[in-house]
Amino acid sequence: MSDSHHLELLRQMLRVRRFEERCAQLYQAEKIRGFLHLYIGEEAVAVGVIGSLQPDDAVVATYREHGHALARGMDPGAVMAEMYGKMEGCSRGRGGSMHLFDASMRFYGGNAIVGGGLPLAVGVALADRLRDRPGVTAVFFGEGAVAEGEFHESMNLAALWNLPVLFCCENNLYAMGTALERSESQTRLTLKAASYEMPAWEVDGMDVLAVEDSARKAIESVRSGGGPHFLELQTFRFRAHSMFDPELYRSKEEVEVWKERDPIELYKSRLITDGGLTEDELAAMERGVAEEIEAAVAFAEAGTWEPVEELTRFVYSEVVPS
Amino acid sequence: MTSLATPTRTITYREAMREAMSDAMRNDPRVFLMGEDVGRYGGCYAVSKGLLEEFGPDRIRDTPLSEAAFVGAGIGAALAGMRPIVEVMTVNFSLLALDQIVNTAALYSHMSGGQFNVPVVIRMTTGAGRQLGAQHSHSLEVWYAHVPGLRVVTPAMVEDARWMLPTALEDPDPVIIFEHAALYNSEGDLPEDGAPVDLDRAVVRRLGSDVGLITYGGSLPKTLAAATELAEEGISAQVLDLRSLRPLDTEAILATAASTHRIVIVDEGWKTAGISAEIAASIAEGAIWELDAPIRRVCSQEVPMPYARHMEEAALPQAAGIVAAARELVGR
Repeated sequence: MSDSHHLELLRQMLRVRRFEERCAQLYQAEKIRGFLHLYIGEEAVAVGVIGSLQPDDAVVATYREHGHALARGMDPGAVMAEMYGKMEGCSRGRGGSMHLFDASMRFYGGNAIVGGGLPLAVGVALADRLRDRPGVTAVFFGEGAVAEGEFHESMNLAALWNLPVLFCCENNLYAMGTALERSESQTRLTLKAASYEMPAWEVDGMDVLAVEDSARKAIESVRSGGGPHFLELQTFRFRAHSMFDPELYRSKEEVEVWKERDPIELYKSRLITDGGLTEDELAAMERGVAEEIEAAVAFAEAGTWEPVEELTRFVYSEVVPS
Repeated sequence: MTSLATPTRTITYREAMREAMSDAMRNDPRVFLMGEDVGRYGGCYAVSKGLLEEFGPDRIRDTPLSEAAFVGAGIGAALAGMRPIVEVMTVNFSLLALDQIVNTAALYSHMSGGQFNVPVVIRMTTGAGRQLGAQHSHSLEVWYAHVPGLRVVTPAMVEDARWMLPTALEDPDPVIIFEHAALYNSEGDLPEDGAPVDLDRAVVRRLGSDVGLITYGGSLPKTLAAATELAEEGISAQVLDLRSLRPLDTEAILATAASTHRIVIVDEGWKTAGISAEIAASIAEGAIWELDAPIRRVCSQEVPMPYARHMEEAALPQAAGIVAAARELVGR
């Protein structure tokens, strides 16, 4: 429990948590504008799944994707600069919080249409299959997406064509303000996957080791030709849906109960109890994370605004046809 | 265009499109076709008939009736390095894939700061005229032409049916090809030495000096017929085939306005907020002093397309209506 891999899982979760806590402050300071959807509480999901992927694999994410971008290895400075709207941002300031991209890491974006990323992920996987590449495409979506037609169409198509897709349903129980039982006649989400003959597991999304274990098994199976798999990652968002949400739809008590299962605190305790992690080591880890985040903020602050003359660039591609 | 020295062969629009696809697949292993009934059935309009036998089911890929998923999958495959041709059976059904086309294909290049591009080609039939009723008769190409990031082309002649596709596949961005269903059986002479054509220039199909008729796609044959009829009355009509609705060849539109001084726009879409409105506005902005008469528009009536033949004919632009509008403009 004290080896570098296990410590790294904690460090990655901390990076996401501290990065987003800083984002919330920067939002109050009006450095970050627009919509800001925090992933706080759900870190074990992105870290456990994306940490189990290979560089050749692909990721398709949602608009709540800071954690996915960081877990994938995207530069925190470029992500923060994107939130600032600076040209040095990972999408040149064109995307903002909801549209983080990195082609070099096969990070196919923050898609802000619920369900919209799923067909795209099926296509990325199809391309990999047709080109005989070993990639697995991990696509993330909330349980709210399960009500969308694009979810069902994509699940069917991926299963029908036996494509290497890992469907990662982040079930945080609320689609914005709509509770799962208020939107689904069948709330056992794995049954939906089963109807497409797709292997599906329910996973404790607050336990990073459980997430990692399931992800590894699923990814291995997908990569070896086992067809698409479905993980229902049961988690909870501790913060509001976005910065504009007064949270009228759920009780403070419910949030507090879930906070007792904070993925970072749970895992930290295990590392201290079972792995001999010391307070000093933890403090050093926190310091390293804080330094990285302050460097990201400084990078964003020092960034530049894209000249308005470039507004129309990239409406059409500047890529030279091969 | 077709000179006497160039050997030609007679070919239908459908065959030209099929030849374009099979040629593209032979030339580039990244190209594949997917859509509803493109394989075993041979294509709803028989455009892909025989391709499954030559290229196999991996490259001639039948899909379920899941427009959002397979159009989105085409976009994803394009993002990941393939050159998919996605056939949506008709523009009517493409509304089920509107999210993928408008929110993904059109946006990814700009929204990602130029990191990603989406070289997908989406083909779909459009238009009315075959008594298929309101849900199978839409002409909604202007909806797509409204969106920056897309290219929208409307081949009306066999040469364009044959030679727009290779250019579209070379294009790094999403291209939507609208094929008017009434054109599939039309025949034309295809030069044997044809080559890929551009996707953004309008072409004058008939030179004239008294009135300019601006149109595209399925309305081109009707407009050419109207020009012939006008010639018999001594009215010289120029016919401009737009070929592309996005980008719109404003230069060619203004040139026709400047040389004929009277403009009739013919469009099977509805008049309200249609492409005809955009063309008229372009002329108002760029060539209003050239005009000797108000612009006239011959469009579909503002009704859902009825089934009964006489009613459908009344709802659609017809050669007689084009002739009447032109006559009025020249004062006859």
